[in-house]
Amino acid sequence: MYEIKKIGNTINGDNMKNEKYELIAKDHQAKVPKIKNAIIAFISGGIVGLIGEGIIELLCYNTHISRSSAGTIMIVILIFVASLSTALGFFDKLVTKFKCGLLIPITGFAHSMTSAALDYRKEGPIYGLGANIFKLAGSVILYGIIAAWFFGMIRFLLGGKI
Amino acid sequence: MLLINSFLFCGFVCMLAQIILDNTKLTPGHITSLFVVLGAFLDSFSFYDKIIKVVGGGALVPITSFGHSLIHGALAKTNEYGILGILMGMFDLTATGITAAIIFAFLFSLVFKPKN
Repeated sequence: MYEIKKIGNTINGDNMKNEKYELIAKDHQAKVPKIKNAIIAFISGGIVGLIGEGIIELLCYNTHISRSSAGTIMIVILIFVASLSTALGFFDKLVTKFKCGLLIPITGFAHSMTSAALDYRKEGPIYGLGANIFKLAGSVILYGIIAAWFFGMIRFLLGGKI
Repeated sequence: MLLINSFLFCGFVCMLAQIILDNTKLTPGHITSLFVVLGAFLDSFSFYDKIIKVVGGGALVPITSFGHSLIHGALAKTNEYGILGILMGMFDLTATGITAAIIFAFLFSLVFKPKN
């Protein structure tokens, strides 16, 4: 009887503790500067988009390649720069400064892949590097394919053609 | 003009992601996956193609264009191969990005060591 009571008390006590803890934690949480972050993301993301379009226009004006292949080359260049700066170690610092402005463009995809490759290489070529290189980028590919297949089937069954 | 549109569109997408990140418990992984699905959804009725026409390169840079190219390649192949084309053309347009990312990640992981 006593034990049951005791257990009951401790459970109640823990509940109180948790609720109190959450309240206290909420008060002491560092306040996220949401508006400032949003503006930073807008400007930095915009600059990445501007660089992308700039590369396309430079390639189109200086060489005789089509706009679509210029777009492909631009994506390869952005991936190369993001991978290299991740490998050199300063992309993470830029991400903490510019946040989503660098994670949402294709640079974030390259960054997630290169950082996974760098981190897991020491665990071996097969179960380290090979098994983990898609650890972060895999979800993008998985849900991208599932969504593209699902919406593509709907579009196809409705008779839409490109 | 395309340069300004690129700046505005890419900035807007990134700002949207940042607002979602700050106001919910979703992580950057959730948000990138969400945006890929969004890109595929927008292109299922060719809306994203119109955005690319207006915006130019700025619409190719965010991760939403990854979803767009997946479904675009898949649907382009259906003209030739019917329903099987969805499976055949899935990677047609995104192959460059994925292959480049894999090759650079592999090569740089051989050359460099993690800094932290």
